Amino acid sequence: MAGEIGRERVRLLMDQRAQIVDVLPAREYGEDHLPGAINLPLRKIETEAAKVLDATRAIVVYCADSA
Amino acid sequence: MYDYRAGIRDWMGAGLPTEGMNSQRPRLADVLRRDVPTCSLGERLGDIRGRAAGAGWDACVVISGDRVVLGLLRAAELQGDPALLAEQAMRPGPSTYRPFVSVAEMRRTMTDRNLESSPVTTSDGRLVGLVRKQDVGAG
Repeated sequence: MAGEIGRERVRLLMDQRAQIVDVLPAREYGEDHLPGAINLPLRKIETEAAKVLDATRAIVVYCADSA
Repeated sequence: MYDYRAGIRDWMGAGLPTEGMNSQRPRLADVLRRDVPTCSLGERLGDIRGRAAGAGWDACVVISGDRVVLGLLRAAELQGDPALLAEQAMRPGPSTYRPFVSVAEMRRTMTDRNLESSPVTTSDGRLVGLVRKQDVGAG
């Protein structure tokens, strides 16, 4: 289960080399994404996450907003 | 695993940098004036006008203690009775814009709505700066 965090914590985790995961569709990711984020759209996350993410490092996921 | 639930809109709303195609296009965060004078509701117009003019401004943003935008004093309001309080003279609840709005979009908005200047805020309404027509090439 993912713990909810805010912007400042994200920045802190970025400094600590966390993996930032954008789960938006590729087109939206292409327009704007957080620095260093990789794109793993929701529909692919179950099949791809284990292949592309390092389980030893923190992972931060985000989408557009909570609405 | 952490969930940044507020997401990229919150990130961009705070004026933080992004990567991607749009990140190369100028946005309000690139052109807004962060040095705009601010005042509180209870300050006298005469004092505000003097302070703003001293800093080369003819506008002042009225904010709360935690920098939430409450109103705007443009040139016309600043010329009012110096004894008035900011609360009495300001334009309350002005339209605000986020720092990630593109300069081109804001140019159209300011032209269409005949806006002289507009506060730019975070998504929770805190002042980031002021954008004027000339900052976006709208006049």
